[in-house]
Amino acid sequence: MDKKKLSPLVRFRGWIQASSALLTNIHLPNFLDGTLYQGAGKYVCVPGLNCYSCPGAAGACPIGSFQAVVGASKFKFSYYITGILILLGVLLGRLICGFLCPFGWFQELLHKIPSPKFSTKRLKPLRYLKYAVLLIMVILLPVFAVNSLGMGDPFFCKYLCPQGVLEGAIPLSLTNAGIRAALGKLFTWKAGILLAVILGSVVFYRPFCKWLCPLGAFYAILNKVSLFQMCVDTGKCISCGACAKSCKMDVDITKAPNHTECIRCGMCMKSCPTDAISYQFGFGDKSSLRTKEKGV
Amino acid sequence: MVQRKKLAQVGLLIAAVLMICFGVWRGEADTVFSKAIRLCMECVGIG
Repeated sequence: MDKKKLSPLVRFRGWIQASSALLTNIHLPNFLDGTLYQGAGKYVCVPGLNCYSCPGAAGACPIGSFQAVVGASKFKFSYYITGILILLGVLLGRLICGFLCPFGWFQELLHKIPSPKFSTKRLKPLRYLKYAVLLIMVILLPVFAVNSLGMGDPFFCKYLCPQGVLEGAIPLSLTNAGIRAALGKLFTWKAGILLAVILGSVVFYRPFCKWLCPLGAFYAILNKVSLFQMCVDTGKCISCGACAKSCKMDVDITKAPNHTECIRCGMCMKSCPTDAISYQFGFGDKSSLRTKEKGV
Repeated sequence: MVQRKKLAQVGLLIAAVLMICFGVWRGEADTVFSKAIRLCMECVGIG
């Protein structure tokens, strides 16, 4: 049997995800003393969804930072964070979700737990929820729902983001009695969301990424113009449908190689019997460039 | 189509760099830093 020639990115994706999660939270000793890293790395955003209140966090969370800036009384928009997100999104698109986001990796690990697995194909309309979360909870509410000082809450972080509980509240409360004592109803609400995401991730593939993540929504918008692209060789493709069947993000790559939901995980490449799908990086449209003659 | 996509990519990259520079210039990076080095009460569920 022929061995498939897979991109190293696909072969080592799990290791890349693990390394990225580690690098994003590299200050491991802080977990033991329950402190936060306070160095210059926190001026810059990490590419994935990673709470800056995680003791190990090496950088700032892009979604939290955006809300912090627009919720501050002196700014109504964050050029800095939007610029960083556009830069990352145009360079890599949702490869960030598939390879670099610690919370995406966390959900994937949970999905490996043996259990009945359910398809999300019939739940496709829920995908649009994440755009509403981005628009309402990340952009509009922190800007317009302000207090007497003109400051807005980070609504997404406060009411929806499960990362803050997973990476912040849980490790910090284990080492800090003061934080443990201060946790109340809001924590219970957010812990409930985390629990729902954990249970959901066991039976569905990446439910938070698909339906709720505002960072994924931002990168999804830029997926069509990202330099990192999926390429389908129309000459090699035999339209067997194996790629669409294997895609856990419910994308048919032959119809839309740079679909907003494609996280570039490479499952389609693994399943393709003719090696018709590949990664491409560069300017311009590279989604179906190669056209070898069929059956020659 | 290829040309339009290329233009969009180049335009967005340039815009992104300009936005980052402008954001740093008007002090947004300091706001991010001061938020990121302190415990985010909302994030951890204290409020």
